[in-house]
Amino acid sequence: MTALASALGASASAATLAVADGADGSRELRLAGRLDAFSIAAVWAQARSAVAQVPERRVVVDAAMVDYCDGGGVAMLVDLLRQERSAQAPVTVRGLRPEFQTLLDQFDPAALRAPAAAHAQRLNAVEEIGRAALITGRDIATQVAFVGETSSALWYAIRHPASVRWKDVGYLCEQVGVNALPIVALISFLLGLILAFQSAVPMRQFGAELFVADLVGLSILRELGPLMTAILFAGRSGAAFAAEIGTMKVNEELNALTTMGLDPVRFLVVTRVLAALVMMPLLTLFADMIGILGGALTMISFNIPILTFLREVDSLVNLKDLWAGLAKTPVFAILIAGIGCLRGLQTQTGASAVGISATRAVVSGIILLVVVDGIYAFIYYLMDI
Amino acid sequence: MTAAPIIRVEEFTAGYDGNVLLRDINFSVSRGEVFVILGGSGCGKSTLLKHMVSLYQPMTGRIFIDGDDIVVAEGEQRRAILKKIGVMYQSGALFGSMTLLENVRLPLEEYTALDLEAMDLVARMKLKLVGLEPFSAHMPSEISGGMQKRAAIARAMALDPTILFLDEPSAGLDPITSAELDQLILRLAGSLHITFVIVTHELASIYAVADRVIMLDKRTRGIIAEGDPKVLRDTSDNPWVRQFFRREAVAEAVAETA
Repeated sequence: MTALASALGASASAATLAVADGADGSRELRLAGRLDAFSIAAVWAQARSAVAQVPERRVVVDAAMVDYCDGGGVAMLVDLLRQERSAQAPVTVRGLRPEFQTLLDQFDPAALRAPAAAHAQRLNAVEEIGRAALITGRDIATQVAFVGETSSALWYAIRHPASVRWKDVGYLCEQVGVNALPIVALISFLLGLILAFQSAVPMRQFGAELFVADLVGLSILRELGPLMTAILFAGRSGAAFAAEIGTMKVNEELNALTTMGLDPVRFLVVTRVLAALVMMPLLTLFADMIGILGGALTMISFNIPILTFLREVDSLVNLKDLWAGLAKTPVFAILIAGIGCLRGLQTQTGASAVGISATRAVVSGIILLVVVDGIYAFIYYLMDI
Repeated sequence: MTAAPIIRVEEFTAGYDGNVLLRDINFSVSRGEVFVILGGSGCGKSTLLKHMVSLYQPMTGRIFIDGDDIVVAEGEQRRAILKKIGVMYQSGALFGSMTLLENVRLPLEEYTALDLEAMDLVARMKLKLVGLEPFSAHMPSEISGGMQKRAAIARAMALDPTILFLDEPSAGLDPITSAELDQLILRLAGSLHITFVIVTHELASIYAVADRVIMLDKRTRGIIAEGDPKVLRDTSDNPWVRQFFRREAVAEAVAETA
């Protein structure tokens, strides 16, 4: 018993139950005291089993001594009354005070016999898998359709530049590009620093510290610079797009746009994709430079001056590698901005929906990123770039 | 009433995921009328309104706005129809990142070739009509709920539409603000000859503004009454209609919730 229940039990108005067998062969349950949600715990199970013990005999619940009964007490009485019994052996309640009887009369015990309706039916495993596959299939179809819709809107924007809200694009460029500079700089600097340090220690054993410059230069320009920038972009701006558009959807602002005859894709998605297209290559270039700088600064402590480091980078890494990295960024930009906007447009109603959309934007964005990066690696291999 | 109706809804059936919510709805709205769609919660009032402004596709049926079927219209034709209507949503749905003036100016920017100064003037005049001109530079989050709805009406009127759709204009407003909004509706209907289609269940505002109402009911999934609200209140022999106008609870609902 909890402290509260025992404190209540100690008071004079606890619930008590006495079971007796009447002269006419019926069973009598004498309830007394206070029946509320706290006190009935002590007697409910006992009362139920006293009723269940005598399936063939009448049961009379004598409630004459009950001096308080609220919703909880009524629930216990209903529970005793709703038990499935033969017509010869009914359960009846006797002597309940009129004010408590009115509480009890509001409920039909037989109607409460069936278990509460489950909100959603649980499916078996096969159905669950089938349903999940169907949803995934539809989601992929939606993504493909959305890519088509966005492309056509972008194509329209290119042919009709006046239709684009360039002021919004400028503002978004600041949001997703300029304001992202500190975090991109920090991450790429640390990336270059760690990459250089981790590889310099083993390479020093062979006197090959100088080649760390090539390693850092190549891997950052071709792979890590674009990829890290894109992942940061997905986490920072992709989520922001989804949350912003999702909130607009919840507030009916998207409906308002539609009934003004303004296409949300053209109005909201095109501006965001354009901003991403402009800023992603610039951010990547910036990340490349800071990353190499991070590597160069590390190598000073391995007695390699910055100029030597840069000359080494220049000797092995050429412009082709820079372009190979930068060529990925427009595709990354369209994918991440596009998926962020799509998740926003797909937002359901309710406060939690926006959070779900933002999460889905980041997750789908990063998955697409890795897949596309793999495809690029394969193409570059085939083309011998 | 002899003029051709400005809105005609014919054999309209709608629902979600195969569940029919409204069946075989037919009605028309006359030019210049304040027309109210009413009914209890969940009967499909807002759904009907959202179909009338073509946010949703009906299962079957046609919805003529000034002679053109908005259900099948696409592209330029659809935009031409949408230009004739303005919509105020339940929450106002002002764009949160723009000032009131920019909100009202947006449709003008998208549809007209006016220069910025001219657009600003038109937008300020619309705000003046709803009494919000002093708040032009405010953001939607800086003004009260009633003001947001008035601003949303100003935005809906930006292109001088012939029809204004209002979704629950008095929801969540105190009686005084709500009555002010009713006065605004009457003033606009009287002075600008705008046709209003209003979804609401506020009795006071129905009596104040409505020329004619239709009443929807979720049991029949259709229209159960049509006409002048005061006449319906006094003479309708449909028990559900009487209950609605007299604010009586339905017996079975009382038993369920008691």
